[in-house]
Amino acid sequence: MHDLLIAPFVEFGFLRRALVGCLALSVSAPVLGVFLVLRRMSLTADVLAHGALPGVALAFLLAGLSAPALWLGGLVAGLLVAVGAGALSRATGGREDATLAALYLVALGLGVALISMGGGSAELSHILFGSVLGVDDAALLLMAGVATLTLVVLAFAWRPLVLECFDPAFAASAGARGGAWHLAFQAMVVLNVLSAFQALGTLMAVGLMMLPAIASRHWAREVSGMAYAAVGIALASSVAGILVSYHLDVPTGPAIVLVAGGAWAVSVLAGPVDGLLPRLVRRGHLAG
Amino acid sequence: MSARRAPAGLRLDNLTLVHGRRAAVHHVSGRFAPGSLTAVVGPNGAGKTTLLRALAGLHKPESGAVAHEGTARIALLPQLAALDRAFPIACRDVVMQGLWPRVGAFRGVPASERDRAEQALAAVGLSGFEKRPVGSLSAGQTQRLLFARLLVQDADILLLDEPFNAVDARTSADLLRLVRDWHGEGRTVVAVLHDLDLVAREFPDTLLIARDAIAWGPTGQALSAANRLKARMMAEAWGEEAEHCHRAA
Repeated sequence: MHDLLIAPFVEFGFLRRALVGCLALSVSAPVLGVFLVLRRMSLTADVLAHGALPGVALAFLLAGLSAPALWLGGLVAGLLVAVGAGALSRATGGREDATLAALYLVALGLGVALISMGGGSAELSHILFGSVLGVDDAALLLMAGVATLTLVVLAFAWRPLVLECFDPAFAASAGARGGAWHLAFQAMVVLNVLSAFQALGTLMAVGLMMLPAIASRHWAREVSGMAYAAVGIALASSVAGILVSYHLDVPTGPAIVLVAGGAWAVSVLAGPVDGLLPRLVRRGHLAG
Repeated sequence: MSARRAPAGLRLDNLTLVHGRRAAVHHVSGRFAPGSLTAVVGPNGAGKTTLLRALAGLHKPESGAVAHEGTARIALLPQLAALDRAFPIACRDVVMQGLWPRVGAFRGVPASERDRAEQALAAVGLSGFEKRPVGSLSAGQTQRLLFARLLVQDADILLLDEPFNAVDARTSADLLRLVRDWHGEGRTVVAVLHDLDLVAREFPDTLLIARDAIAWGPTGQALSAANRLKARMMAEAWGEEAEHCHRAA
């Protein structure tokens, strides 16, 4: 048991770093995921992760394989896609998801073109899928810092976000300015996805954000309960995923995402809220 | 809740509201007097909801203005359809949203305000629903819940968008009693309605609108047969070939 669960972390420093980084992210990212699900924007995180690509590629062409440069490039591009889509859809009255899709497809094409010019596809897969060996002190601080910032922002933005999701007209008439909070929220999504790029890769970080959030619906009937459930699932998936990755020798990002996917499947089947199995157990209806 | 209030009214000065280039509300002037109880009626697409949104400050006028008489807290009851009723939130928390003007995003909710939320739920006949998720409520119960939120909001001007749609007779009678109470307390109430019998029975003033204001005044005069016919014809004359409006802004 000790060999299976504890020893890998005692023995290898890089596994400990990966664990700490993923745990930090597990506290913040899934809560953002819950709000994305409730806003019917489940695919937004994925779109933003792809949208960051041209920035990363451009930074790679200009500065080489320097983590801060890649991160900053991705951040700027991701924010441009997020903010641009919101502003454009408000200005033209189009649907935000459609505008987002258009911008991200352009960004993706641009990113791939830029990377082929630079001739480095190994680095590309590194950014998209990550590698635990890449988690140095700076990366760890970044992940912990982003997680902390996210929690602070969420603490302040909680009521406006809930209000805006539930009843946008009331939120606006009561003076809860939706636009600013929405922007801060999207910035947090971009930050969380990108801060994970060394440990998990941006694409796999999306999995850690969304899968626990989607699963949490089957464990709670209120937003706050869903947030706790999502964080719990993400924490457990991080620990289990890193262990799976070590013992079976598969990359960390996919391992964590697959474990989270397993947790989602279990939630759909056995979750107390709208789970499939509880429905099969017929308990008769209540009288009144 | 509080007894007598400072009078607060709304005045429309040559107000024009547009969606794109199409006028939804066209050069309307008039006044919702402090303490008045006004029904806004008119055919579908007549600009009623847009007008209400403009009164709440959510729709910017293309020309003209909405002037506030006195400093007033305004509460808007959106159409039931505009709500995400599948959202995972408990009834208690929906009612407490009405506290937003006082507690905002961060301030704590004092015990007295929590009591007010409970009282509001009781006043709309939803005692014991505190922890029920909104998704488990019927349309009528959801409308009762939103009225409880209005009670907690304690506003001077109440804007109600189709408050009695999709609710049964008993619910609309109960909610109507609350509207009468608000009127009795000196609040200004503006309600978009479709049931003309109800309007004739309960609402002293009526604004009959079909983009242009057809009539605005005491309900009996505003809803005359001639005015109603005019409203229907105005609504049906919705041509793509409409000319550019040259009326002075």
